[in-house]
Amino acid sequence: MATSASRTISSPPATGIGRETRSELYRLQLELRYCEKRAYDLFLQNLIKGTSHLSLGQEAIAAAFGVAMRPDDWTFCTYRGHAHTLARGASMEGVLGELMGRQCGLLGGKGGSMHLTDVAKGVMGSYAIIGAHLPVAAGAAWSAQYRGTEQVAVCFFGDGTTNIGAFHEALNFSAVWKLPVIFVCENNLYMEYTPIADVTAVEHPAADRASAYGLPSIIVDGNDADAVYQIASEALAKARAGGGPSLIEAMTYRHSGHSRADPAKYRPEGELEKWLLRDPVVTYRERLLQNGFNEPTLKDMEAAAMGKVDAATATAKASPLPLIEDIEKNVWANGGAAWRN
Amino acid sequence: MAELTYREAVAAGIAQEMARDERVVFLGEDVAAAGGVFKATVGLLEKFGPKRVRDCPISEQAILGAAMGAAMTGLRPIAEIMFSDFLAVCWDIVANEIAKSRYMTNGQISLPLVIRTANGSGSRFGAQHSQAVENWAMMIPGIKVVAPAFPADVKGLLAAAIRDPDPVLFFEQKSLYSMKGEVPDGEYVDELGKAKVLRRGKDCTIVALASMVHKSLDAAAILEKEHGISCTVVDVRSLVPLDTQTILAEVVRTGRLVTVEENPRLCGWGAEIASIVADECFWDLDGPIMRITTPHVPLPSADLLEDNTIPSVERIVREIRAKID
Repeated sequence: MATSASRTISSPPATGIGRETRSELYRLQLELRYCEKRAYDLFLQNLIKGTSHLSLGQEAIAAAFGVAMRPDDWTFCTYRGHAHTLARGASMEGVLGELMGRQCGLLGGKGGSMHLTDVAKGVMGSYAIIGAHLPVAAGAAWSAQYRGTEQVAVCFFGDGTTNIGAFHEALNFSAVWKLPVIFVCENNLYMEYTPIADVTAVEHPAADRASAYGLPSIIVDGNDADAVYQIASEALAKARAGGGPSLIEAMTYRHSGHSRADPAKYRPEGELEKWLLRDPVVTYRERLLQNGFNEPTLKDMEAAAMGKVDAATATAKASPLPLIEDIEKNVWANGGAAWRN
Repeated sequence: MAELTYREAVAAGIAQEMARDERVVFLGEDVAAAGGVFKATVGLLEKFGPKRVRDCPISEQAILGAAMGAAMTGLRPIAEIMFSDFLAVCWDIVANEIAKSRYMTNGQISLPLVIRTANGSGSRFGAQHSQAVENWAMMIPGIKVVAPAFPADVKGLLAAAIRDPDPVLFFEQKSLYSMKGEVPDGEYVDELGKAKVLRRGKDCTIVALASMVHKSLDAAAILEKEHGISCTVVDVRSLVPLDTQTILAEVVRTGRLVTVEENPRLCGWGAEIASIVADECFWDLDGPIMRITTPHVPLPSADLLEDNTIPSVERIVREIRAKID
């Protein structure tokens, strides 16, 4: 892994995470993996248009937070947000339907892949402008602090985000106001097409900046759902107790390119293969087998996850196209778009 | 009725709404302990405490992002951007995030928030602290745009903006902060999207906003007294929603439209009004539509230059006489 010797990456705890939690972590990782793969297949069939940014290889982070968070906590995602949205329990047909531009889509076809939102599930939006959602998550955390609800805002972003101004504004603001917000940097080693190390002054783009905001430097193995779950639980507890924000850097790797258009030819030979050996879903399966789960149980879970993806795909494919009349709806709270009388 | 300055009316409007609704919170740079760099928010910290009235770092993206996050989770924040020029620093949050979120999420996200900002010329601050940028905001679907000219409107429209379920960009005219005017006592709430006819004439309809309303009123008085030209003056008050019905009716009455804008020439708000009037009451016009604007230049700072860049009373008189005499 691309981490320096001076740092310790949280290693997987052999015990301490219960069987039910582990089962949940595996189920979610499977669903996120299968659904992303399905999204890719649907692209190839030209049933999904536009762009899309897949989380293949990065599922452990979204899954671990999804399991650790309280139902009334808030998630803020980037344009690479399918997994984080699903991990909060958003409907899979709603996600696939939105990607396919169908009426059943979470946003009725108005948002698309990069803006998945499900407020009822605490998914407060996917933001396609790098860094924009960090201050927004801070604002949600402020609202929780103001109302004394002990809700926490969790904000996911990539390594590239750490070099934009909004990252630094949001970190300082949240630290000064001691806001219950967790900033999760998924360091997948590339900002779009460029190695993050080529454009960043420090080795760990998030963790090495934490001290500037009076926060501890936290790096976790983002391909290990147990490790992320543990760090997430600690940060959530700290935030609920009034201890303020956390900044977590989760080391991971995306198996595909930046977006649909990117074959990722800039990656050095052998790098992907090395990371595939650490595929979070495969390694988690091995861990479960070593910790009391048997093969038939896991096979059942895998079949159930695939069944869910198949059913969601069928529902989304059968859903009608959006209504043209809806173009001029929902600009304003009154449901309309009128700007004049 | 009490006589308040424009800046006192800002604080009065915020105080009225904070007193009636616990969800209303206020944040910005130097707004709490210092009472605002224009002293428009003096006394709010003392009255409502540091939990609701909060000083922020110089982080405009964080300020508006925080307002947005708070609004989507149940608060009704008022955020101050000290000078409207600084909106460019956080324009992503305004134009890409706040304005679009309800639409992109098909109505899932509501953003009842107000961004207050000091706008426009008159203080000799130069081009980065004196622009009139209300036209920037008018172009973006999803935000309401208000710019009051009188203290009573400041209080009433600010209260209406705070109660509005949609995001509102509220442009305060910094050259008017010391202006005095009668403001209704007690709870006072106006309505967004209503223009006001301030005087009626028969020869020409002047449509103006914020400080240009006062210059237009002065010009109309001179035109009537010295040149026998009688003008209607309409204060637009709100660019979005836009009260086109009042504007169209008043243009039809006189057969002439003059817009007076502080915006630089290209795509000033008057261009949109001119387009609507040309589309919808062309056959009622007795002459070409006239736009009086700032020339298409960044605003200079020296007294003489600034005064000769922004439309003046004399220029409004001169240009209207040239077309109507």
